Amino acid sequence: MKRLMLMIFVCLGCAGGAQAQNTIDQLMADLASNPGGRAKFFEKRYLTIMEKPIQLSGEMVYLPPHRLEKHTHLPTAETLILDKERISVVRGSRAFSISLSSRPEAQAFVDSIRSTLSGDRASLERNYGLSLQGERAQWSLVLVPTQVAIGRLIQRINVSGREGQVQRIEYWQADGDRTEILIEPMSKP
Amino acid sequence: MKSVAFRVFSLWLALMLAGGWVVSNSRFSADITFFLPTEPTPKQQVLLSQFNDGVVSRLLMLSIAGGSVEQRAEVSSALRENLVDDPAFVSIQNGQFGDLTNEIERLLQYRYVLSPTINANRFTEEGLRSAIEEMVNVSSSPMGYLIKPYFSRDPTGEVLELVEGLNPVAQPQTAFGTWISQDGDRSLLLLQTSALGSDTDGQERAIQRVNTAFDEVVQDLKLKNLTLTLSGPGQFAVQARESIKSETARLFLISFFGIAILLLWIYRSPRLLALGLLPMISGAMAGVVMVSWVDGTVFGITLGFGTALMGEAVDYAIYYFVQSGQQGLAQWRERFWPTVRLGVLTSVLGFGALLFSGFPGLSQLGLYAVTGVVTAAGVTRFVLPVLAGENLQVPPPGLWVNRLQKLLDLAHRLRLAAVVLSLLACAFVWHQRDRLGSVNLGALSSVTIEQAQIDARMRADLAAPDARYLISIQSETQESALQLSEWVGTQLDPMVASGILGGYDSPARFLPSQQLQAQRLAALPEESLLRDRLSLALRGSGLSLMALEPFVSDVQSAHAAGYLERGALSGSPLGLAVDAMLMPAQHGGWNVVMPLRPAPGIQDGQLPLEQLKKALEGSGAELVDLKSEFDYLYIGYMGEAVHLTLLGLLAIGLLLAVVMRSVVRFGRVLLTLFMTLVVLVALLQIQGQSLHLLHLVGLMLTVAVGSNYALFFDRAAQGKGLDAHTLLSLSVATLTTMIGFGVMAFSDVPVLKAIGITVGPGVLLALLFAAVMVYPRAEVKV
Repeated sequence: MKRLMLMIFVCLGCAGGAQAQNTIDQLMADLASNPGGRAKFFEKRYLTIMEKPIQLSGEMVYLPPHRLEKHTHLPTAETLILDKERISVVRGSRAFSISLSSRPEAQAFVDSIRSTLSGDRASLERNYGLSLQGERAQWSLVLVPTQVAIGRLIQRINVSGREGQVQRIEYWQADGDRTEILIEPMSKP
Repeated sequence: MKSVAFRVFSLWLALMLAGGWVVSNSRFSADITFFLPTEPTPKQQVLLSQFNDGVVSRLLMLSIAGGSVEQRAEVSSALRENLVDDPAFVSIQNGQFGDLTNEIERLLQYRYVLSPTINANRFTEEGLRSAIEEMVNVSSSPMGYLIKPYFSRDPTGEVLELVEGLNPVAQPQTAFGTWISQDGDRSLLLLQTSALGSDTDGQERAIQRVNTAFDEVVQDLKLKNLTLTLSGPGQFAVQARESIKSETARLFLISFFGIAILLLWIYRSPRLLALGLLPMISGAMAGVVMVSWVDGTVFGITLGFGTALMGEAVDYAIYYFVQSGQQGLAQWRERFWPTVRLGVLTSVLGFGALLFSGFPGLSQLGLYAVTGVVTAAGVTRFVLPVLAGENLQVPPPGLWVNRLQKLLDLAHRLRLAAVVLSLLACAFVWHQRDRLGSVNLGALSSVTIEQAQIDARMRADLAAPDARYLISIQSETQESALQLSEWVGTQLDPMVASGILGGYDSPARFLPSQQLQAQRLAALPEESLLRDRLSLALRGSGLSLMALEPFVSDVQSAHAAGYLERGALSGSPLGLAVDAMLMPAQHGGWNVVMPLRPAPGIQDGQLPLEQLKKALEGSGAELVDLKSEFDYLYIGYMGEAVHLTLLGLLAIGLLLAVVMRSVVRFGRVLLTLFMTLVVLVALLQIQGQSLHLLHLVGLMLTVAVGSNYALFFDRAAQGKGLDAHTLLSLSVATLTTMIGFGVMAFSDVPVLKAIGITVGPGVLLALLFAAVMVYPRAEVKV
């Protein structure tokens, strides 16, 4: 079997579970067993101020459970590395590194993706209400902020996947802007 | 007679009350200024201002230990909430919300004169295009939410540029949104007080406020086992003052009761005891009043030193009571007063030498002691006899005095042994000479090793500056000072970029020179030109000119607003940062200090010193190493102390020579004193004391005080004999002096300890050596 990175394989063979029944716990358990890896991403940012979306693309690397790298190739090279509590960005001659937890909203923002990838339900539920829809073959997880401070920034986050792969992440921001990231696993080298 | 006594007593009482009033209105100061020079060189001026109002002197570091990580984080943020609106603090940082987010509005307002990226290129079509493209990317990214609201006003991202430039690269680690130590066991906060570092009262209030807030928070959250530790210059100053305060009281009580019990045992009369304490109390009071008048501020250490003075000042009364009790007042005045007077003079010469010290604490000790000794002697001579009357009933010397006298008669047999001992001590001191004077001024500070370690650990965890290296600039005007700061910045930037320098702070970062502001404003295009270029730059970007209207109008109003003046920043963290780095010099002109930060991960925080010096050569900006300035200061003090000690010794020697008029007698007393000193130094070294300037001062005081005993014995050697009463008074006087100085040897205040540990044993040695070397063989005695 090909191990696909950043994408999450949800193994549905849960003991005793009905095959067709998809639950958050099952999803999380399988996300947690993800060994990590490499994927391509295509990102579109829809800004109210812009007449057309900004498009970005590049590669993501996920090393569970703490490290996530996002290497943007186009239109401008940028590397964003999220490692535990620290997020560092290198962009041309500019490099900065901030301690993530110095900004709880940013933390919540980052947790939405990282905790989904690592299947950390407790972490997700600290900041979001979860609802799962669909079949195992095509699931969709909606995260709605439960805290006012985060709600001021994010309206909701949709994460969807197929058979355990995260394929699409969609951020609906409170100011009406929206970001959509499509993730396409790369085969193991 | 009675009415005379009453009048004298009334006068004395009135003077004491007046003194008490002066003392109660005196300003008492803490530790640190004790060491700082009164007439500083320009470099020392930098040092001084750093201690008084430098940013670094206003830092308070807080560390919370105990409980769980979550609990500590909870307390940390609650503590921040509790303190954040208190005007006693300029800033409370614990990692929650970058401190400058509150300043975004102000940065936004002045961005076009502040931002280093503003130049003619920034507003060309190409410059606008790339800046806006960059800003679109950054502000639309997940981390860009903080600046996104400002996009339409600031599409070139000047605020981002400013915030990035202001935040230090290195930040502490965090957990649950708050700073933690590297080992994760403690939560950390960094506070900046509004009170100056030199304002110990203000620092104390701030510290109390923090402690109260912590207690409230812990109680509110119903948590237990959490402890708060504070560190920083203010905490040290407050602690030092506290410890000197409690020490002074403690030392005073111990030696007071020690001396009182001893005297009661000798006098067996509470009335004589009370009378005997009179000169001492008068002396101590006069000393404080004099210091308060002359210096304006009384150092805590000076009061602590009063304890030692007590032991010395009480001697005169002892001589008077014990000696005159037997012979009557007139007799005493004639026979003994000259010797006592000589003793007073030697003490005055010894303490008086300190008056000329540039070390303010030391000269104050000198002033205090000289005033005290003279007053005590004067009260003994003129007030005591009137109050005590003619009938002094001091019990006859006990049996032990007779035994002592027999021993004294045999003392000369030890002369050879004493000489051999002194020679051995000489050899030992010579052998160990490298260990002499190997310490720095830090050894005199009241900060304990443990406190210093806690402080260093918290600094490392917080990446807080310790401001060892600074660049100092003196200039005629504020404008030229800022221009020079900017020039220095251009010299430092490449070093920061290449990673050999961690960074630097500059007042020009928050308040650029008008020259630079004018250049930046000149780079802003007129409205129509800006619109033209903007519409070209926005082609194909998906952004409309309409969306950026706020930008166009902001650029125009920046033009109209003109220069950023210093006053516009007042009351803000930016203003305080400027005030801390740019200040009017004492005698006209302006001073700038630019703190330097070592590159992260560089061992011992080393800086490329040679490169820095070379870059600054001839510019008028100077690299200052505060630590070596401190060391120079100490070396200066040490050299001065050596001179003063020699001067004091010379003066005492001269006085003795004049009074004795005999080479043999003088030579013998001098030899005795020399032997005393050598053995004393050897004793100190055997104890492992690293000798510093206060030990040196202690040695001189030993001579000043100890020569009194030699004088009495010398008197005996002149055939005038030494009766039991004189021996009794001499023994008791030595004991009281030993108690007075000796008690200080147990002090935690290094200055007091050094003097106590030297003079306490020193006076006993002086007495013993004088007995052995000066006191005559029995057959010579009449």
